Amino acid sequence: MIRPILHRVAQALLVALMVGVLTFALMRSLPGDMAWRVAAGRYGYDITDAAVMEQVRQSLALDQPAALALLSWFGDLLRLDLGVSLISELPVVDEIAHQLGASVTLALTALLLSVLLGPPLGVLAGLRPGGGLDRALFALSITLRALPQFVIGLLLIYGLAIVFGLLPASGHGEAGHVVLPALTLAIGLAAVSCRVARDATVAVTTSGYYRFGETKGLRPLDNFLRHGLRNIAVPIVTYLGVQLVYLIEGVVVVETLFAWPGIGHALVHAILARDVPMIQGTALVMGLMFVLLNAGVDVMCGALDPRRRTS
Amino acid sequence: MIRLSRGQWAGVALLLLLALFALGVPQVVPGDPTRQSLSNALLPPGGPFLFGTDPFGRDMLLRLAAAVRLSLGIALLTTALAGVIGVALGVLAGACGGWVDRALCGVADTLLALPGLLLVLLLVAIAPGRFWPLYLGVSLVLWVEYFRMTRAAALRIAASPAVEASRLLGFGPFYRFRRHYWPELAPITLTVGAFGSATSVMSVAALGFVNVGVRPPTPELGQMMIELMPYYNEAPLILAQPILVVVLLVLALNLIAGGKTQ
Repeated sequence: MIRPILHRVAQALLVALMVGVLTFALMRSLPGDMAWRVAAGRYGYDITDAAVMEQVRQSLALDQPAALALLSWFGDLLRLDLGVSLISELPVVDEIAHQLGASVTLALTALLLSVLLGPPLGVLAGLRPGGGLDRALFALSITLRALPQFVIGLLLIYGLAIVFGLLPASGHGEAGHVVLPALTLAIGLAAVSCRVARDATVAVTTSGYYRFGETKGLRPLDNFLRHGLRNIAVPIVTYLGVQLVYLIEGVVVVETLFAWPGIGHALVHAILARDVPMIQGTALVMGLMFVLLNAGVDVMCGALDPRRRTS
Repeated sequence: MIRLSRGQWAGVALLLLLALFALGVPQVVPGDPTRQSLSNALLPPGGPFLFGTDPFGRDMLLRLAAAVRLSLGIALLTTALAGVIGVALGVLAGACGGWVDRALCGVADTLLALPGLLLVLLLVAIAPGRFWPLYLGVSLVLWVEYFRMTRAAALRIAASPAVEASRLLGFGPFYRFRRHYWPELAPITLTVGAFGSATSVMSVAALGFVNVGVRPPTPELGQMMIELMPYYNEAPLILAQPILVVVLLVLALNLIAGGKTQ
């Protein structure tokens, strides 16, 4: 159990390192005098003078050689001092604290919906391979996988919000608002997880131990619950780890599409505004969310499959 | 060497059609895809403009062709770059083993620590509106998959008696690559390359969709969608065009990659 945890801790450090180096490069690549740009962004163009500029230069270590500045940059990062947003002038940590809840709600709702949609259908299809449901699901899954997330989102908005008026097209605040963005992400995830579930079901039901369960006289339902379910669940949960990339990438696009006030939305806005501390903070938190969700999948895999715990 | 299935042939045919559309349209219908004509705004398909016009009166036919050229061009360039680097390093890691393998796997793991689109977004933030962060970012994301698949196959091939015999007979590394490695790696490269191209098309469109990708007025599929979205009621057929084109592009590439789960 120690090795996977160490692996994820190393991954978290790598995320911090990559985001740190890239945003540092971004900081250094701003055209003109960085101290002036930052000072003007922070205090306004009118009251920015040489003294304020010098103060910013000192505090951000802009007068030091790049290597030293990078080190002090990481010092700040380690103390979780993410700086102050150049636009709102609020500490980045406070801004992100607002948005993190919205993003986590969206991501977890999407995961839950995808687990409710994909695997049950996949298992049903896998119990009768080659049947009507199997073929229909295969065609649907191929089609859905050719649709980028923003297209799925647009189609859902058009269908459910505009034509039928069932759900709000965008916004945040009421429970109904989370449905469309979460469903957009969930449909993309379920299109893949139902195939994984289908293949796993076929593999399990044609295996020797499953046949033996039938032969010794277990009723089909008992056999499925005792010998099938857990073995089918293992590859599905393992594959969730691969799908997390899709989920996190989708959060950026879907939040922007549905005006969902989460971290992905904030990241895109920070990039448009060149708000370096916000870019760093949001990218870092999204990366760490990815690592944390991965760790969650590891724990679930271990809980489902005792063979992993011993090896 | 590579035998294609029926589904893969369908994908190739669809891709060729799209490429023909992208390259053929400017030959047949001369014009500038960025030229505005406000008196001709939002014309329906048919009439003087075969595919209609957008809210700025720009010809949708020319814009779609230009956007497909851009998408396919970026996809081709990034997959080729990522493919050459990924396959070369994958074979190197698999065949050499030892510290070379460990070092290269470390680099790949580092890149995988961050979701791909985040990496591309951070690079795009450094030089907004330029093309090099797009190329670099998407290639950086794509080569890892080539590397991992090629390495896994190369490990197996390197341990085979045929390769050992070749080495003992005194054949050089390039001969061994051509004779033993490449025939087995080619189908893997095709699959990973087609998936990678689909990823590239979707990433570029996604960036355009959130307004941080290619700068207007360059026609780009994701950006066209976001521009046309407010007109879903007046001109649904115009909005449907870029959506349909993205879907066809990704579908063609997915079909070439093969219908199975990855």
